[in-house]
Amino acid sequence: MSLTSWLEQVLSPRARLAVLGAGTFLVIALFFPLWQITMFANQFPEGIRLSIYAYKLVGGNGGADLQGINILNHYIGMHEIQAADFVEMKFIPFALGVFFLLTLRAAVFAKMRDLVDLTVLFVYFSAFSVGVFWYRMYTYGHQLSPEAPIKVAPFTPPLLGHQHIANFDVYSTPGLGTVLLAAFALGLVTLLVLEARRNPLARL
Amino acid sequence: MTSKETVMTLRHWLPVAALVAGAGCAPSKAPSGGQGAKLADVREAALRTYVEPGKLDEYYLFYSGGHSGNVYVAGVPSMRHIMTIPVFAPYPATGYGFDAETKHMLGQYTWGDVHHPAMSKTKGDYDGRWLFVNDNANNRLARIDLRDFKTRQIFGPIANSSGNHGSAFVTENTEYALVASRFSIPIPRGRYAPLAKYATQYHGVLSGVQIDGATGTMSMGWQIVTPPFDWDLAATGREISRDWAVWSSYNTERATGRLEVTASQRDRDYIAFVNWKKAAEAAAAGKGKIIGGVRVLEPREVPGMMYLVPLAKSPHGADISPDGRFVVGGGKLAPYVTVYDFEKFFKAVEANDTTGSDEGIPVLRYESIRVAEVPVGLGPLHTQFDDQGYAYTSLFVESAVAKWKLGPFDGHDSALVVAKVPVHFSVGHIVVAGGDTRHPWGKYLISMNKLSKGRHLNVGPSQPESSELIDITGTGMKTLYEAYTEPEPHFAQLVKADVLRPIEVYPKAENKNPNAIWAASDGKITRRGNVVEVKLYSIRSYFTPHAIEVNQGDSVIIHVTNAEQERDMLHGFGLASYNINLVMDPGETKTVAFRAKDAGVYPFYCTNFCSAMHQEMQGYLLVKPRGAGASASAAQSGGR
Repeated sequence: MSLTSWLEQVLSPRARLAVLGAGTFLVIALFFPLWQITMFANQFPEGIRLSIYAYKLVGGNGGADLQGINILNHYIGMHEIQAADFVEMKFIPFALGVFFLLTLRAAVFAKMRDLVDLTVLFVYFSAFSVGVFWYRMYTYGHQLSPEAPIKVAPFTPPLLGHQHIANFDVYSTPGLGTVLLAAFALGLVTLLVLEARRNPLARL
Repeated sequence: MTSKETVMTLRHWLPVAALVAGAGCAPSKAPSGGQGAKLADVREAALRTYVEPGKLDEYYLFYSGGHSGNVYVAGVPSMRHIMTIPVFAPYPATGYGFDAETKHMLGQYTWGDVHHPAMSKTKGDYDGRWLFVNDNANNRLARIDLRDFKTRQIFGPIANSSGNHGSAFVTENTEYALVASRFSIPIPRGRYAPLAKYATQYHGVLSGVQIDGATGTMSMGWQIVTPPFDWDLAATGREISRDWAVWSSYNTERATGRLEVTASQRDRDYIAFVNWKKAAEAAAAGKGKIIGGVRVLEPREVPGMMYLVPLAKSPHGADISPDGRFVVGGGKLAPYVTVYDFEKFFKAVEANDTTGSDEGIPVLRYESIRVAEVPVGLGPLHTQFDDQGYAYTSLFVESAVAKWKLGPFDGHDSALVVAKVPVHFSVGHIVVAGGDTRHPWGKYLISMNKLSKGRHLNVGPSQPESSELIDITGTGMKTLYEAYTEPEPHFAQLVKADVLRPIEVYPKAENKNPNAIWAASDGKITRRGNVVEVKLYSIRSYFTPHAIEVNQGDSVIIHVTNAEQERDMLHGFGLASYNINLVMDPGETKTVAFRAKDAGVYPFYCTNFCSAMHQEMQGYLLVKPRGAGASASAAQSGGR
């Protein structure tokens, strides 16, 4: 009962403003890559780049690098990387829209409950998305054609950090989009903590 | 030849001869300072010319390849050959002259003689868009697009004109590329007249080839018919002289036979001053008459269009100073260059200060226009200019380059010469960075020598030419480097690298070829009667379709697209026994058409190394023998 009434507490005006501010991060995140994969080799000193946005795949070098990566990957029998195969690219923009609505809800109705819902759902969504992404990487690296000219042991491309694959050094790093989403999540958690300090659960 | 002229010539030869004799006594090596100073020079030259692997040169050098029909591109100061641009001759290395487009462009010819590359200009400075080159042999001009370094147009053979030597020189804003006939013939070309009637039935022709400012496309402008002089070299004006061009001539004797003698009798031939704007206006006004399909103007019918000025002796180079004011004429058999002043030229024209006329063309008084005879040395040919007020003249006979001050022209002509550097050997053209523009960069001069005479590893009797890089900063000249160049450099253009903005791949979006394909699934074979058309897809490391089945006697048209968008990922299409080799750059589509005249099975393969699986990139053309009950081609689209 005390938890329920805690959830009914009204957020401070400053917290409402902060939630609204954090919500803009969700919108801005759409315009920046969520993840970036860069491959270097002796003959590719400038790197071959792939940027993964919430809704599209963009190769570096004016888009040409996506085809370049696929051409290289076909030698090891990897399935062609194409936006159409990423179901994430359909649900992530939709989900970000939903989360933006939820930030509006938290800012307008301004109940502790709204903030908790938003935070919990967003953390879950983030973890799920990263998991799906990891699984996609796993799938690309494990469903290799048995007819491939170059046989390599199945592998999972790095989700984060560096990996040496054949003659390539592959770096996988979160993009600015992910940084913004992480900042959004961190912001929500911080707000929760601050608001919880203002209205400690125990005091109720 | 009057006795006065003889005396004058001797007066000029003697002091120079003495100078050369004097120089001959001293060794050509560093006169003093010994081994230490020499080593310091060598070290400095090495540092000035060394371009670290992976680093870029500062300048592009575009030099003509003479009768190879090519243009060569090198980097300066390293002098490294970077690439060959085939223009007038097939070049299997890039598939030039094998695909339908370039084959059509070359027409019936398999060679040309490239002499004078001219970069397109805006306000008298290189704008890096196109390079125009002449074909001295077959009377053509070509345009190389500097966006992709490819020959995009071959214009000609130009009517009436024969021996397109005084070309290509472009006007201040690339309105025209100029053309002149080195060999006079009866016109139109194809008309016969005996050599005995050379003076009256043979004619020289000067032409203006119009250039489209947006596309660079050349089209015929106008021509001027002249007496049968041998027109030699040209230069175009700037600023005060922007409407004018000058052409040097030899054989104003109108001689035939052994020209080295018969055309060397007069002490002075002419340099012609031609108002190309007036010519264009007269042609637009319908003056002159149509000969060989071109509007040809008679100088006497267009007053003010053309003037002759005497120039000593057996003239060759004609060059105009950066500001457009001074014209420098070099005579192969004179020991000096003649400098004319356009301001004085305009006054002489206004005052009608002539000494007569030659077939209706006014001959202006030499003394009224000439401002100096600079005793640069023996066999002066071509002059270039720098940004510091110096001029440089190549000395063929002397095998040297002279550096001299472009004024003041106050009668102390011999004081103008400030330095001379020996070259190895027999220099023809020289080029200074931007040396024929409004704003030269100076800094480097390249001496393009006709003979190398064993200064290289012995490669047998057919010896390369040599080109020497010379530092021209300061008041002197210092030889830095020597490279052996493909036969045979004539003129060149030396241009700062950032003037050019070439692409690295053909963007897929710009490929408007209706036969371009971008997916293996679009590779297909279509038959219409006995014409078999193939859309062939190429990418690392396969062709689709990989088997093309036709009947003997079929017409086969193959469009090959290189679907790559990665730089330097070229693919070739070599068809064994059918004398076909295409090379497609990334994003490019090329077409080849041929008749499957020989039955049998013929492999095709990627000729331009592409990848680890390059060797596997191959397929077959299967030609079923005639009368073998061959059905329509049912070749399968091969998968990966």
